[in-house]
Amino acid sequence: MTRSGLIALGLIICLLAGWEGAVRIWAIPVFILPPPSLILTTAVVQAPLILPHAAVTGAEIVLGIFLALITAIPLAIAMFARPVLEKALSPFLVASQAIPVFALAPLLVIWLGYGMASKVFMAWIIIFFPITVSLVQGLKSCDPEYRTLFSLMGASFLKTLTLLYWPWALPRFFAGLRVGVSVATIGAVIGEWVGAQQGLGFLMIQSNARLQTPLVFAAILWLAAMGMILWSLVGILEKKIITWNT
Amino acid sequence: MLQITDLAKYYNGQPVFSGLDLQLPAGRFQVLLGPSGCGKTSLFNTLTGVTPADEGTITWQGQTVPHLGSLCAYMHQKDLLLPWFSLMDNALLPARTRGRDMACARVLAENLFSRLGLSGYESHQPNQVSGGMRQRCALVRTLMFDRDLILLDEPLSALDAITRQRLQHLLLLLQTEFAKTILMITHDVDEALLLADDIFVSSSLPMTLIRRIRLNQPKPRAFDDPDLLHIKADILAHLVKGEAV
Repeated sequence: MTRSGLIALGLIICLLAGWEGAVRIWAIPVFILPPPSLILTTAVVQAPLILPHAAVTGAEIVLGIFLALITAIPLAIAMFARPVLEKALSPFLVASQAIPVFALAPLLVIWLGYGMASKVFMAWIIIFFPITVSLVQGLKSCDPEYRTLFSLMGASFLKTLTLLYWPWALPRFFAGLRVGVSVATIGAVIGEWVGAQQGLGFLMIQSNARLQTPLVFAAILWLAAMGMILWSLVGILEKKIITWNT
Repeated sequence: MLQITDLAKYYNGQPVFSGLDLQLPAGRFQVLLGPSGCGKTSLFNTLTGVTPADEGTITWQGQTVPHLGSLCAYMHQKDLLLPWFSLMDNALLPARTRGRDMACARVLAENLFSRLGLSGYESHQPNQVSGGMRQRCALVRTLMFDRDLILLDEPLSALDAITRQRLQHLLLLLQTEFAKTILMITHDVDEALLLADDIFVSSSLPMTLIRRIRLNQPKPRAFDDPDLLHIKADILAHLVKGEAV
């Protein structure tokens, strides 16, 4: 394990030990703050209950990522190819992030229903922005000397895009995707809080109402694990695709 | 033949060059020699159409053209190899971007790799080879443009002395073996003397041509040739005078 990994592990162990000790020393009721050991036990023992909900939330997130990819990539390319489009659309992109997703969630449930669609849409809103912005910036960061070379070679925009701009922008695209997938859970869970019949957000709301706080924490733990797995998967994909050192 | 007449470029109303006249006969190696920052690269940008000329005309083989962008091959002082492609894929870029027959292009590129000592490195990535090999690959890519006119923008300036000397010999191939018309810009007097048929000495900004020297010495040339040493002294004197302009 690397030095930074050891430091992170040490910090986590210290935090959990302090938490566990504080709960036991001050005899804090479990429904207010359960100790980490109980949360971990609940997360494992209650897995048969949690997993179907986690699968629903996971599907919402993955669909949201897919939707974000198939919309953000063409839009970013169009904005790069036509700067006038970038100028026209930038205020809308910023506005989409300025409006809190909490404010949109009830409306989306009304418009798209209690099913998966409203949650996928919520996840899409959150992921779409970092991917689009990062990709546009990545495409624009291409060295002008390379652009000149391609222009002198007589390359069409499509050839230049596939052979130069796209590979050039990939590191920034992946940086945006990493940010997107790590916050994607927020959109899906908020959507489930507002109105759902399944999902980890739904489970959290139900457990909270029954003061089953360990189950709430266990759901959060599963949610965090899903976010980290997605983040790691993007990292693995990035390493597989970007094999060169600039 | 390339003819440049009364060419001018201004930035913020200040001339980078103006009233520039150049005649470059076909098949000759011409070198534009000037101090750093004299506007040589601006001239190349204007010739290739990266920035439009403000005045003047460019004529190539009797036809007036707005710029030479689609008529010339270009080699930069940076190798500009794409790190995500192998050396061979980089060399094949001009063929790929213009939709040429890739099988024929590959045969041609393989011959050039062999000629320039790159055989066996076709599948290497640019970061796996030396600076000299990268620049030789850039030279192959320049030849793969398959154009009669070649513009060289200080192509060897970033290389060490030994690699530079080897590549100077390879640059001569462009003219002797491939019969190209070449315009190279450099601030290296020795390099100009080794390679050029004609040397145009320019002043510092705004760039004006202050001397044209025709070299009839056979190639390859030696640095200690008394004639070349005499010409070198003459060029240096003009460069000093040009700096003072």
